[in-house]
Order: sequence, then C-alpha cells, then structure tokens
Amino acid sequence: MTAYAYFPGCSAHGTAKEYDRSTQSVCAKLGIELEEIPDWVCCGASPAHAVNHLLSLALVAKNLDLSPSDTIVTGCAACYNRFKTAVHALQHDRPLWEQVKQIVQPTKLNGRDFRVLHLLEVIHEFGLEGLKERVVKPLKGLKVACYYGCLLVRPPKVVGFDDPDNPKKMDELIAAIGAEPAEWEFKTECCGAFHAVPHPEIVLRLTSNILQAAKDAGADVVSVACPMCQINLDLRQLDIQKRHKVNFNMPVLYFTQLLGLALGINEGELGFDRLIVDPRPVLKDKGLI
Amino acid sequence: MARIGVFICHCGENIARTVDVAKVRDALAKHPGVIHSVDYRYMCSAPGQELIRNAIVEKKLTGVVVAACSPHMHEPTFRKACAAVGLNPYLCEMANIREHCSWVHSEREKATEKAIELVRFLVEKVKRNRPLEPIRVPVTKRALVIGGGIAGIQAALDIANGGYEVILVERQPSIGGHMAQLSETFPTLDCSQCILTPKMVEVRQHPNIRLLTYSEVEDVKGYVGNFEVTIRKKARYVNEEVCTGCGACIQRCPQKRILSEFDRGLGRRTAIYIPFPQAVPNIPVIDREHCAYFRRGGCRLCEKECPRDAIDFNQQDQLLTEKVGAIILATGYDLIPSDIYSEYGGGRYKDVIDGLQFERLLSASGPTNGEVLRPSDGKEVRTVVFISCVGSRDRAKGIPYCSKICCMYATKHAILFKHKVHDGQAFVFYMDVRAAGKGYEEFVRRAVEEEGVVYLRGRVSKIYQQDGKLVVRGVDTLSGMPVEIPADLVVLATAIKASDGIVELAQKLGVPVDEHGFLSEAHPKLRPVETQVAGVFLAGACQAPKDIPDTVAQASGAASKVLSMFAQDAIEREPTIAKVNEQTCVGCFECQRACPYRAIERKEIRDRQGNLVKVVAYVNPGLCAGCGACTVACRNHSVDLEGFAEEQMFAELSAITAA
Amino acid sequence: MKQATEREQLTRTDEMPILLTEEARRFTEEVIKRSGERVDWCYQCGKCTAGCPVAFAMDMEPSRIMRLVQLGQGERVLKSKAIWLCVGCQTCTTRCPQEIDTAKVMDTLREMALEKGLATDKEVVTFFRSFLENIQRYGRVFEPTLVLQYNLRSGHLLQDADKGTLMLSKGKLPLRPSRNGAIVRRIFDALGGRKR
Repeated sequence: MTAYAYFPGCSAHGTAKEYDRSTQSVCAKLGIELEEIPDWVCCGASPAHAVNHLLSLALVAKNLDLSPSDTIVTGCAACYNRFKTAVHALQHDRPLWEQVKQIVQPTKLNGRDFRVLHLLEVIHEFGLEGLKERVVKPLKGLKVACYYGCLLVRPPKVVGFDDPDNPKKMDELIAAIGAEPAEWEFKTECCGAFHAVPHPEIVLRLTSNILQAAKDAGADVVSVACPMCQINLDLRQLDIQKRHKVNFNMPVLYFTQLLGLALGINEGELGFDRLIVDPRPVLKDKGLI
Repeated sequence: MARIGVFICHCGENIARTVDVAKVRDALAKHPGVIHSVDYRYMCSAPGQELIRNAIVEKKLTGVVVAACSPHMHEPTFRKACAAVGLNPYLCEMANIREHCSWVHSEREKATEKAIELVRFLVEKVKRNRPLEPIRVPVTKRALVIGGGIAGIQAALDIANGGYEVILVERQPSIGGHMAQLSETFPTLDCSQCILTPKMVEVRQHPNIRLLTYSEVEDVKGYVGNFEVTIRKKARYVNEEVCTGCGACIQRCPQKRILSEFDRGLGRRTAIYIPFPQAVPNIPVIDREHCAYFRRGGCRLCEKECPRDAIDFNQQDQLLTEKVGAIILATGYDLIPSDIYSEYGGGRYKDVIDGLQFERLLSASGPTNGEVLRPSDGKEVRTVVFISCVGSRDRAKGIPYCSKICCMYATKHAILFKHKVHDGQAFVFYMDVRAAGKGYEEFVRRAVEEEGVVYLRGRVSKIYQQDGKLVVRGVDTLSGMPVEIPADLVVLATAIKASDGIVELAQKLGVPVDEHGFLSEAHPKLRPVETQVAGVFLAGACQAPKDIPDTVAQASGAASKVLSMFAQDAIEREPTIAKVNEQTCVGCFECQRACPYRAIERKEIRDRQGNLVKVVAYVNPGLCAGCGACTVACRNHSVDLEGFAEEQMFAELSAITAA
Repeated sequence: MKQATEREQLTRTDEMPILLTEEARRFTEEVIKRSGERVDWCYQCGKCTAGCPVAFAMDMEPSRIMRLVQLGQGERVLKSKAIWLCVGCQTCTTRCPQEIDTAKVMDTLREMALEKGLATDKEVVTFFRSFLENIQRYGRVFEPTLVLQYNLRSGHLLQDADKGTLMLSKGKLPLRPSRNGAIVRRIFDALGGRKR
C-alpha cells in the first residue's frame, strides 16, 4: 500500500495536538501509511484567500510541489478546502495556474495527477467492513452528533464530498464503530470560523445554535473533523457560560479519538484530557472507559 | 422561346434609396429572354399587380420575375396575380433585392450591380421553370386527440360539435387530467371539479366521440389526412360493457393501503379502484402490481362480489388500428420531483409537499376531506409557508424558464388556506409575482389586502426540522432582513415539465421537442397550435407551461385547424417536392435514410404479367417538405426537386460564374 | 465637530444618492473581471442572504452587496463591514441559482478594499494581517505569538487572557515555532512585497 502524503495543518502541533496524535495512532493501527510532506508550509486558510487569490493558490502549490505522493490527505477541513480549490483550479484554469507557477517556481508539479482526500475519505477507502472487524470496544450506547461544518462539504462542485446538506460519511464511520449517529439538522451549519478572534460574539451565537441542536437531538457528544470547528465548539463553551450563562457541557471530540477508543488504542494516545469540556465522565458513564 | 417579364419594385424608399432601380430595369431589358422590364413604386399594391397582369396578357409572357422584397412576404401575392390571368403561378418567382441587397448594403453603385446580378440569375432559372399543380391529398375526416385533460377534452368537443368523429385516447383510467385534482381554480375560485365534470360527461355522451381510456398510442404511420394509428387498450380486467360502476368491488377489496396516485401519495386506494368519485368512465380498473390475485393467487373477492359478473381476470390488452386525418397532442404536464433541493430536505420531510399535493389537502373529496392537516401527524396547520420558484428560473438546475402558473396558484393556495383557517398565518416567498392574466393582478391584491397573506420577496435557503416544526430560513430583500419562520407545513411550487413519455411519443410522430422537453410549435408567434409535421397539432401544457384559460383557447385553436382541414375534401400542398425518376432509380434507398420527413416509400415496378421488375423509391407527396436532402444523397441523380431542379440550379450558378 | 447649518440638516441623508456614472460602470466591470464571476447575472433572489450565517451581523447583506456592485457603488461596498464579516462558508456559492460564486466575489471585494485603503473592519483586518505576518515569519502558524500580536495591535489586550493558562496546562500551546518561514517569504516577495 502506497503511503498517503500527510498535510497536518498548522494547529496539529498546537491547539489540535490530540487530533494529530489520534490520527497517527488510528492510521498506524489500521496500517494506513502517512508520510508527512517535508517542509510543508501553512496553506493560508481563510486569511490568504480573503486578501489575495494568488497567495492562497501559491501556498498550496508550494505544498503540492513538496509532496512525495500525488494523493494528499489532511484532517483539517479548511486545509482540505484550500487544497481542493487549488487542484480544481489546476484542472480547469490553465492561465491562472501559469500565474501561480511564476510565483512559486515549482520543480515537481508537471504531469502529476493530484488527489486530495480528507481523513474521513481515507478511512472510507480503507473500508467500513475492515474497520468494523478491527473494533474491539464497540461504543454502544453513545449517541454522537456528527458535525461536518462548512468547508468539508461546500461548494459541492469543488470538493465533491458527500451531500452538502445531509452528509453521511462521518455518520457511517460512527455507526461502524458501534455508536449511534444522531439525527440532527445542524450538521453543516457554520461555526463562525476565524471570528473567534476578531468578532467572538458571532462565534458564540452560531456555536450556541449548533450545540443546542445537538442537545435537542439527544446527543451525548459532538464529533468533528476540523480543528477550527473543534476549538470553536469546545473552548468557546467557556465564554458561552460566562457571558450568556448557558452551560452546555457537551464534549466535542475529534472523530479519530472515537475511532481510536473503539479500536482499543490506549487513552494516553487519544488525548481526552486535552479537551476543554471533559468527555471522560460521559464515556465512563457509558462504560466505555 | 422564353418571354420573361421583369418587374422591379422601389418598395417606397426601402429599395430605391440604395439601388438604382432604373438602371436595373434597363440592364434586364437587355438580357436575353427578357421582353418586358419595368419598375414601379409599390409592386405589391393593387396598381402594381395590375401592371403584372396586363403585361402577361398583352405580351404573352411565359415567366415572371418580381425583383422586390423576400418571397416570404409576397410570393403568394404575385403568384395569385399571375394565376388570375392564366399564367401558372409556379412560373413566377421573386428576386430578393431588399433583405438580400438594399437593406444590408450602403454603397449605391455596388448594391445596384448586385441587384442586377440577383435578378439575372433568377431569370435564367425561371426560363427553365415548368408549370406545376398543387398536390391534392385526400383527408380521412376523423381526428385523434392524445390526452384527456382539459386541453384534450376541449379539442375533442370542438371537433365533435363540428360534426366529425373524434377518438380521444387517455392513458389514465379516467379523463380529467390535473384539473380534476385541483380544489378550486384561480382567479374565480370556481370549484374545479364542478366546472370540469360537465365537460367530461359531455365527452362520454357525445355521439361523435369515441373515448378510449387506460389506453396509449403505440404507433403512428402515414401522413397528413391519412394517418394509421395503433392504440393499445390496456386490460382493466373489468368488462366495460357490463359494469355499472356500483362500486361493490371496491368496497370488498382487502388491499386498502395502496398509495393513491390521484392523491399524490397522501391518500390510499384499493387494488381495484376508480381514481376519483367523478371519474369518467366510472369503471374501475385492477392494478396488477398490487392485486393479491395477480401477485400470489387466491382472493378474487371482487369477482365474487360483483352483481353483474363484470370482473374478468383473463382480459387481455387490445391492439386497435384506426385511420385518422389529423392528430392533436394534448398530453399535458407533470411537476418535477419535490426532492430537487437537498437544502429543502431532499424529500425527507413529509410536511414539505408540492402544489398538487396541497390541492388534494384542500379538496373536499381529498384524503383529509378538505381540512388542512399535516401529512406527518395529521395535526392542524396553523402556519403555512408557500415557496415559489422551486426549480424554475434556476440555471444551476438546468431549468431556466418560468413555470408561469405558480405565482397564481401560490396566491390561490394562500387565500384558500386563510378561508379554511381564519386565524392561520400564510407566507409566500417569491422573486417576482407574475400575474398577467385577466383578473390576476386583482386576485393577488385581494390576497394581500383582504386576506392578510404576507408576501416576502426573496428565496428560501434552507428548511430544517426543529421542535416538531419546519424552520424556513429565507429572506425579505425589500427590507434586507433574513427571516426565519417555524411552519407547520411548507408547500413548494415546483417547476413544470412536459408529461413523462412525451419524447418517445413525439419521436413516433416525428414532432420535434425543444431543449426542455416540451413539444415544439411550428412558429412561436404565428403558428402556436401546429407542429412541423403536417396534420399534427398541439394544445395545452405539452407545448409550454400554461394556465387553464390559455389551454382551453389553444385547444379550440387546434380544433379549428382540424375543422378547416376537414372542411375540404382534399388538402392542397405545395408541389415543390421531390420526384423520383423511376427509370434510373436503382432502389438503394439512400434517399430514405436521408429523409427527415419519412416521405420516401418503396414502390414495386411490375411488368404486364405482374412479375416484379424492380423496387424503386417513391416520394409520398403528402409528406415531402421539399428539403432536398434526398437529392444530395442519391448517387445517380435519380431524384430531383420540382421547381428547383438540378438543371435550374445549375443554370443559375452558371449565370453567376459567367458574370 | 462642525455645526451643520439648518439647510444641511434639511437636505442631508444618511446614505449618498446613487449616481450611475462612467466610474460606476468601470467598478462593476472591474469586479466582474477580477472575480471571473458574472455579477450581472444576479437577479436578486436573496438566497445568499437567506443562507448566510453572519447576515444577521452585517451592515449590508450579501444580495444587497451584489446589487450595489451591479450599480457600480464602489465606495459603499468597499467600505462596508459586511465583506469582512463574511467567513467564506460557501453557502451562498453552493445555493446560487445563477451559479455565481458569491464567496469569490467577496474575496475580490476584500482584495480591492485593501488595495484602495478602504477596509473598515479593524479587527478582522488586524487578525488577517497578524496571521499573514506570522506565517511569513515561521512558515506555519505559531499560535501563541499570533494571539499576542493580535491583542497588541487591536488594542484588545486582555482578550482570551483567561484561556492562556488553561491552554498551556493542557499542552495545547506549542512551545517552539517552526522554522521554514523563508519559503513563505519568497512567495510573498514574488507577489510584490510583504503583504501589509
């Protein structure tokens, strides 16, 4: 099996360290080889494309140039969207790419047929049946609200990831590991993204709506596939508590942490203790730890 | 010896401003074969035509060339003038020195030169014209109407009342179409069934109408005035001669939970059923797919119950062949599936329904007896949201057109809802309100001013479920405000498309279909009820989204075309069609492959003893449109166009190259 | 502040009147050209506004911005706060019936606002600036200094100060930045100088 080129994203060694570690552990357990792109740089996320369209493409192009493989995997939805957008432009807008190449001066871009995958897709490629077989601790009794956010599913013409209004890829993984994916309507509602810094009130309002919907759907925890979403939904519960006196107490986990738990990976690797809203009481309550 | 007359028109200033008509006249006077060359200010006027007539008589002209506007404008005019004094009209042609010359050029000298050339070439052709007689095709004075909705019903009645036989074919068990499903019609709020059923009954009882329901057209052969149609009468498993419509079988049938098509999935029916109480004919049909006997054997309770022994499980489909002279397509419309937008639930929410489903909820004979109740839990609806343009006017969905009737029926729905639920709230999300018909704008104002319907200008981005309600997330662009409405019921005004199966049927008839799947009329402005195929007409929504008044008008229009066709014993067609030289034809039938009108037939040439000598191609004069494709396909020049023969065309070309 | 004369008070309106000038037409053309999107196809259905998660906070909603672009109202649009509140969630792009990539148009408007010095949302611009400087320095975002820089520059010195120790204790803050900023700096240089 050829290795996937792995793009961790900037928060992988910082605020989303538990995502990176649980990802690595799960992939190791499943025999999925990830090779980190050497010397990778920031994809630019929102700020880059918001101020200069070429900058955003250039940063991704640089990473493509550095990539050891044509298939690139990332766990961050924003990075995923940036890479997908760049590759889409590469395939459909030659003149634009000529401009980008002028800026980046790549040496290893020609003739390559890039494929960009999110970690969720990689697990699907591995196969749900195979995953099920390796589950040692089915997460029975755990109701999980799968939250996809925006950039993973939109715009469908560019990312081609599942149905943009009622996606199922994460739900299917959650079901395969024995948990119950909740039926809820806020799977792809925006969390407010980078406004956590300049306009936090926006994030508080949007995340409150999402968390309330998850709660109304009877979810025990929310599962995410993006570090930005995670930090907005998790960390900002403190601010919601402080400013709006509402205590959701809803743990927000990376789906890889749940996968890891079901696959029997030890807790130390999964980083439950790093999450702001502690998931351990709920997990203990369900007899899962 | 050719004696050609040339008549050059000034067309007021249209030609004379750019072309020196005097020069053209003088140049043509010198052309071999031209014995008369004049110019006049308005050739098409009465004095102008008189000039032509007098010249023909006085100078014994053998051919006439009128240099003027386009033949599309006045060819019939000048031909009539020639015929009036005994010159075969096909010996008269027009050189277009207006649209092809004076209107597109500005340099006088060059334009005049060109005009001279255009007339000269045509003279060379006309010298070789032969007199032709229009082709007379006999007409079978019986009409076929395909589709038993209001369009088909109206057309059938008009033709039948005109004294001719009509066969009305409808694929559903009953006629009535979508109009029968409506509760009330805009803008009068007439009860739809009440105004429709008298016409349905009239159809049933009319001595000139043969009603074939639960039937479909399988094949069509022939040509205008002489069609041969094969109709499949599907087996109802009920003997129509004997059944009285008492309904005992329906009461008895144990399969009661089948989703009713007439109620669009909101109600149930039995396996042996009549689609609705006022059905015409009032004879049940057995749905094989759900009937217990057909599926597993046994049952047959209906048979036992029937007091007239009308049930016949051995009944077979029947294939009927009929000869008709004209066909009217009135196959109507369907709504696109309501799961078109995944952001509106993609079909997951039971309480997000389409317009026709809402009609069934409103209808007194509907699944809820006219009470507006939620399909999901049967609870009362207090807040309803109507969304216009669901699919229509949407480039991203490939439906760029407007479905025309939705603005009006959404308004109607809102008003009817308010009549039933006095303190209920009705919201209509719209982009524009299209209310152009008679009384339509006033109807919309009534909804706003008298009934308290709230119109919000904007589209809906998303619908989702929350706390037992459907949250509708839209916008009012006039105030710039995003709005969220928790509704009990949402009605989507989904786009209209032509009925399923229309493309296959159109192909059988050779009728073109437009890019959106609607039948193409012959000309969008001036020939709205005819198709490109002579003898085939259309009416109603099969041509384009349409409301009932326009449908009825169009149906009568199509009927009138049929009636004028039947009023003659034969129809005349242009003789400028293809003709096969049977001596040289080898019977390869490349021409048949090339012909888009299916006008080439096989003809057997036999000797006096009746032995087959050869099979040659034969052009059916009723179908040929004179396009000339066959003349190109023919490998040994055995087929030629009357009036545009190869000899004539080469003469014209030679004149051009000699210049 | 200058005392408004009585006459000025009578005739003053909050918004400037719309003038359809040559300059206005050029603005529209520039937006269409630079974004590559047919803003002129927008028929103001409002579906973008209806689906925009931050529309509630905007001074002018997305469909209004599209309309103002159609009418060439460059200053009004480029000075709006709305274009900075847009998070690029792509809901508008996904649902537009005229297939206009509205999010892309927003990108273009932001680019133009910065070029012409008309950007009004101090917080968002400061955040973007801090972010881009951060990756030019380190190659990858180094979250601790990003937050510090933003707080200093925006004047919100104590924002999220309460989170600092919590994050540290949970090991969520990286202690050492990466060192491949040079690659990023080269890209910025190639684009014509460090982005400010």
